[in-house]
Amino acid sequence: MSGLLKSSIGRKFAMALSALFLMFFLLQHFAINILSVFSADAFNKASHFMGTFWAVQYLLQPVLIFGVVFHFVMGFVLEIKNKQARQISYAKNNGAANSSWMSRNMIYSGLFILIFIVIHFIDFWIPELNVKYIGGDMSGLNPEGNFRYYHELQEKFEPMWRVALYCIGFVFLALHLLHGFNSAFQSVGANNKYTKGLKGISKVYAIGLPLGFIFIALFHHFNH
Amino acid sequence: MGSMNLTLKIWRQKNANDKGKMVDYKVNDISPDMSFLEMLDVLNEQLINNGDEPVAFDHDCREGICGMCSLYINGEAHGPDRGVTTCQLHMRMFKDGDTIFIEPFRAKAFPVVKDLIVDRSAFDRIQHSGGFISVNTSGNTIDANAIPVNKEDADKAFEAATCIGCGACVASCKNSSAMLYVSAKVSQFALLPQGQVEATDRVLNMVKQMDEEGFGNCTNTGACEVECPKGISLENIARMNTEFLKASLKG
Repeated sequence: MSGLLKSSIGRKFAMALSALFLMFFLLQHFAINILSVFSADAFNKASHFMGTFWAVQYLLQPVLIFGVVFHFVMGFVLEIKNKQARQISYAKNNGAANSSWMSRNMIYSGLFILIFIVIHFIDFWIPELNVKYIGGDMSGLNPEGNFRYYHELQEKFEPMWRVALYCIGFVFLALHLLHGFNSAFQSVGANNKYTKGLKGISKVYAIGLPLGFIFIALFHHFNH
Repeated sequence: MGSMNLTLKIWRQKNANDKGKMVDYKVNDISPDMSFLEMLDVLNEQLINNGDEPVAFDHDCREGICGMCSLYINGEAHGPDRGVTTCQLHMRMFKDGDTIFIEPFRAKAFPVVKDLIVDRSAFDRIQHSGGFISVNTSGNTIDANAIPVNKEDADKAFEAATCIGCGACVASCKNSSAMLYVSAKVSQFALLPQGQVEATDRVLNMVKQMDEEGFGNCTNTGACEVECPKGISLENIARMNTEFLKASLKG
């Protein structure tokens, strides 16, 4: 078991495990966000629970941060190693003949997603930490005594530039997932009679989920 | 179909230390029925008659079974056709007036020896590290057929064993990963009872050697599977990943 991360397959496996974890997180994130379209009250309650329940805050949140950081740091490490494995490039290379654009450009779609995550953290996560852990206000209420989450969400999606930025971020997420979803299963060794069916599910997830997020952003922009 | 006149852009490199460069050549009256290597033979005859150095390229059986021929043709290993080696590639895949790029397989682990010839002995060293089963050959060797094997497993092992070790997978991979090759060599034994005894050491040693040779990491683009002249499946890489993890947990 020791030194597993020193081997090419070990790194690939770790990359896939962090990817599977992040994809599960994304589904959970979407499930809570979509509540905001149907019921402000339900969204407020779910947000308050996620934002204050100790197991989420002190156990799952650090795991998530570790997962995100691990996934992109390892992504960069692998990219650098892989570049070193071919020092003279081809004068003519027809990559499109044998592989998808998404699969060849994971580092670029990933880089844009990383930029998006930084912006997203500045938008939502850092203000949350500021209110809760620096301000010490765990009530989740605004000065009027109502839950603040739904209102804050609507406010964030008022400016057009942020909505556009989020939409672009989700397009890159879709591109990343179109290769990443299946790839994660292949990496953990699952390539069998279910793979064909899984490819269908992966397309639904990779396109459907980002589209859903785009819908939520647009919904709040136009329904404010 | 008439004969073709072609422009060739070929990588020329005197030796391993030379910097090397692409050089343009013209060949005329190429028959569409020629193989790609026969077309290069025509070019070399022309070069020799002119007192120039012929282009060095690897070839042996010229019937697609030895794995000796290589070449990155117009941006693809073994050229634009599917399921063939360069010796099986017909000139009818090209059109009169075409410009064809001809480059060596590129990877740090496959250094250029001369022109289009690369040193693929990294594959041999991976094979030596575990691509075998130890059998007592003292005179009372047990017949392989004495142990029953599932038909499905036997077929998959056989398919994996059709790998000719040409290196097209490495050349096609954007990461110069050798995982398709190594996974085929691991799988052909992992699927059979005869391969079980040394299974743990085999996969650990072969992957270790693969990493030491400087091949890149697989990112599942699937380019190798498409360009493989023998149609070795990505399933083998998934199998190797599982074998490797099982072996790592054992010891």
